[in-house]
Amino acid sequence: MSDIVLKTENLTKHYGGVHALQEANFELRKGEHVAIMGDNGAGKSTFVRQITGVEQRTDGKIWFDGKEVNFAGPIEAREAGIETVFQNLALADDLDVPSNLFLGREKVLFNLGPFSILDRKAMRKATEAALVRTAVKIPNLSSTIRHMSGGQRQCVAIARTATFASKLIIMDEPTAALGVQETAQVENIIRTLKENGEPLILVSHNMRQVFDLVDRIVVFRRGRIVANLRKQDTDGNDIVAYITGAKTGQAELQAA
Amino acid sequence: MRPTEEEDVSQTSHGIGGLSYDAKKRPWPAEFNVFLALVILVAAFELVGRVFLGDSFLFNTRENVSGLFNEQRLQIIILQVSIVGIIAIGVTQVIICGGIDLSSGSIVGATAMIAMSFAQVATVNGNPNPKAMFIDYGWTDLPVIVPLLVAIGCGLVAGLINGLLIAYTRIPPFIATLGMMVTARGIAKWWSKGQPISFPTDSFAAIGRGLMPVVIFISLALLFQLILTYTKYGKHCYAIGSNEDAARMSGIKIANHKVLVYAIAGILASIAAVVLSSKNLTAQAGMGVMYELDAIAMAVIGGVSLSGGRGSIIGTVIGSLIFGVIISGFTFLRLDAYYQEMVKGVIIVGAVVLDQWRQRRRAIGA
Repeated sequence: MSDIVLKTENLTKHYGGVHALQEANFELRKGEHVAIMGDNGAGKSTFVRQITGVEQRTDGKIWFDGKEVNFAGPIEAREAGIETVFQNLALADDLDVPSNLFLGREKVLFNLGPFSILDRKAMRKATEAALVRTAVKIPNLSSTIRHMSGGQRQCVAIARTATFASKLIIMDEPTAALGVQETAQVENIIRTLKENGEPLILVSHNMRQVFDLVDRIVVFRRGRIVANLRKQDTDGNDIVAYITGAKTGQAELQAA
Repeated sequence: MRPTEEEDVSQTSHGIGGLSYDAKKRPWPAEFNVFLALVILVAAFELVGRVFLGDSFLFNTRENVSGLFNEQRLQIIILQVSIVGIIAIGVTQVIICGGIDLSSGSIVGATAMIAMSFAQVATVNGNPNPKAMFIDYGWTDLPVIVPLLVAIGCGLVAGLINGLLIAYTRIPPFIATLGMMVTARGIAKWWSKGQPISFPTDSFAAIGRGLMPVVIFISLALLFQLILTYTKYGKHCYAIGSNEDAARMSGIKIANHKVLVYAIAGILASIAAVVLSSKNLTAQAGMGVMYELDAIAMAVIGGVSLSGGRGSIIGTVIGSLIFGVIISGFTFLRLDAYYQEMVKGVIIVGAVVLDQWRQRRRAIGA
């Protein structure tokens, strides 16, 4: 139990009559990178939203970092150590990189309530360190996000999640809107996170990317987890079979 | 693969992904463009003056006065914008935060009336002050701190109401502050049943005497430039105006922040009211009409984006100077005041068009 970072038991979410997620049992161990795959509407994003507190689950239990948790909102989840790279990035376009990294948790020189003086040097230093740690290359830290490419923005968003000694990072299709080189850059960051032993849940449609990056693949279909396979025990065709429903997976799961 | 701690970030080629930074593409700070506009405007008036009037706009041409510049004109330029400029400081931070404040002119009116009634003398030329509101209660010749605190209280209450309405009922700032604009003007007229309130104490009159409005304007501008740049409050203003959802997801308490922003704007409007009524030695219910629009115009001309997230107090100060130069320049060219307003309108719209254009150009990555 001690090396399990995240565990869900019978996690279920109904939207009215729609059973978006049913009895999902999921485990993530320390330092492990897991991919969540599945067709559109298979329940991937629903699953992520229950874990990050964006939505409230219908039924089931979640343990995080050894404790049972009930997050009232995404901010609570973040404070507990779950950092999420949202699809819409959640960056402030008109602020520079350090300001975005430290948005809402600024380092302060003198505490004067809302008028606290910012420790800009320390934030800049910490930003540089974070970028080195995640191997993100941003040419000019004082440039605003507005002036950056999609890839650079995504890198800033990822660097932000990695800056704050988080216990779990969740990325929801981080490369969906990126070009080839930008995708490569984001993948490099994910590899660096792996080297640093930071656990990660990666939601992705990209089969090559998933096989390149993660240790384990979990397939969702029609709101249920239909496969939970170590990378070396499977291949692309097998995964596609699970995603499309050619293989049901119930027998394998029970056998395992 | 991973760079070591010793390596400088800028030296690492890791994961560069073909993204490079071109220093030449870095845009100028918006304030620089605004300053350039100011210089061009002054040069234009100088040129037109030399050619058509044989007189200089900027430089001293009189024999009996020493000095390189026409100091009198420069003083007038900054003096006439400094009171609206104080309001514009508050409006700037509201706009940066993604809002708008239409109530500041009316807050000036109401605050001037209420504060002045606590700043009156008992006797004028040996006779009882005919305008004294509270002479029956003996509330005359009060220390200057009383009307000052009353004024700041008025601005604070008005700003708090604005902020609470916007933050908690989620009505658009335009509507909330429009309501305050009408209400506060009503209060200004009701307070003395439309009568002007005059004869302030000498210490109250000293607040707006001579170049004091300029000193107050510049000090407040400096203070708020520092606040917006170096404090959490300032950072959160830009963040909320830039992407409110992102700010919320980052744990910033949006509602509290907005209340504070509008409260500060209200207080700044009330300070402008004190300076104005002190300078004029009287308060009238019609004081500050249209000031809110002038203040917004100064901010917009100064490069503050109406869509929020961008701009600075320095920009607004330069914007206010452009305002002053236009008014003064038209007087210098002996053109009717009517033209001033027409041109002011064109400049405001032009500044917004320019801002939109700049934004679109950036969006397509030009």
